[in-house]
Amino acid sequence: MPPIDDLPCQEFVELVTDYLEEALSPELRERFEAHLRVCDGCELYLGQMRLTVRAAAQSRGRALPWATRQRLLAVFGDRGGRPTP
Amino acid sequence: MTDVQAQRLGSRPFAGAQETPVRGDDDALLASLKRGEEIAFVELVDRHGAAMLRFARMYAGDEALAEDCVQDAWLGVIRGAGGFERRSSVRTWIFRILLNRLRTRLQREGKFVAFSALEWKRGSEREPAVDESRFLPGNHARWPGHWTQPPVAWAASPEDELLAEEVRALVMTALQSVPPAQRQVMTLRDVEGWDSSEVCELLDISEANQRVLLHRARSRVRRELERYFTER
Repeated sequence: MPPIDDLPCQEFVELVTDYLEEALSPELRERFEAHLRVCDGCELYLGQMRLTVRAAAQSRGRALPWATRQRLLAVFGDRGGRPTP
Repeated sequence: MTDVQAQRLGSRPFAGAQETPVRGDDDALLASLKRGEEIAFVELVDRHGAAMLRFARMYAGDEALAEDCVQDAWLGVIRGAGGFERRSSVRTWIFRILLNRLRTRLQREGKFVAFSALEWKRGSEREPAVDESRFLPGNHARWPGHWTQPPVAWAASPEDELLAEEVRALVMTALQSVPPAQRQVMTLRDVEGWDSSEVCELLDISEANQRVLLHRARSRVRRELERYFTER
C-alpha cells in the first residue's frame, strides 16, 4: 500500500524528463524518487526512457559520405576562399 | 554529450561518437578561415558537416534539399566569417545560418510552417506520455492513477538490442514522425548531444519550452520502441 502522498504513476511518467534534466523542485524530486523505490512499473518506465535517449545517441551516423564531403569542400573553391568583408 | 549530462542520464557517451568540438578550437579555425586558409574550412566541415546534414535532413525531410541548404550555409559561413562577433559559439552561429537557409528555402517552396503558430497551439492540448487507458482513473478509491498495464521489459538484453541496426533505423523513423519543433529539439539534444542552453539559444526558446518539447518527443519515440519490442 503506497503512502498517502504517493505520486500516481500517471503523473510520474510526465515528470521523467524534468527529473532527468534536474528541473524538479526538491520536494517533487523527493516524491519522484520515493515512488521510484516502491513501483516496479515506473522503475521500468524510467529505464526505458533512458534507453530511448541512448538509442537516439546511437542512431547518429558517423562521418559525411565521401561524395557529399567533396561537394561541401568544393564550396570553398567556388568562393576562391575569400571571405567578403 | 557533456560528462554532467552523461552522468545525469546514467549513460556514457557512445564510444563511436565524434567528440564534441572544443569551443576554443572552433574560434581559432574561424579566425584562420577569415584569413582565407582552406585547411581551416576543411576542418570545420569535418567537425560540423555531418551533424549539419543530419539536422537539415531531419528538418526538411528531403535529402537533396537538405544538402543544398548545408552547401548554402557553408557559403554563408565563408562570407560571414569576418563578421562573426563571438556572441555565441561558432557551432551555434553556423547552425543558425543553416536554420535560416532551411526556413527560407522551405518557405519559398510553401512547406514552411512556423511552429510557434501551429505547433504551440496543438501543443497546448494534452498529449499524454502514456495512453490514459493504461492507468486506473484518478478517482479510484485505492490506487488513483496507478498502472493497470505497466511497461514490460523490452528484451533479455536491451543494450545489445539497442545497438542493433534495426532499432537505430526505428528510432530515426520514429523521430521523423514527431512534430517539427519536438523533432528539432530531440535531434540536437539526444542525437547530437548538445546541452540545453545551446539548443535554447539556437531555436530561440525557453528552457521550460525546450523541456516540454523534449519530453513529448522522447515519449513518442519510447512508445514506438515499446510497440516494436512488444508486438514482434
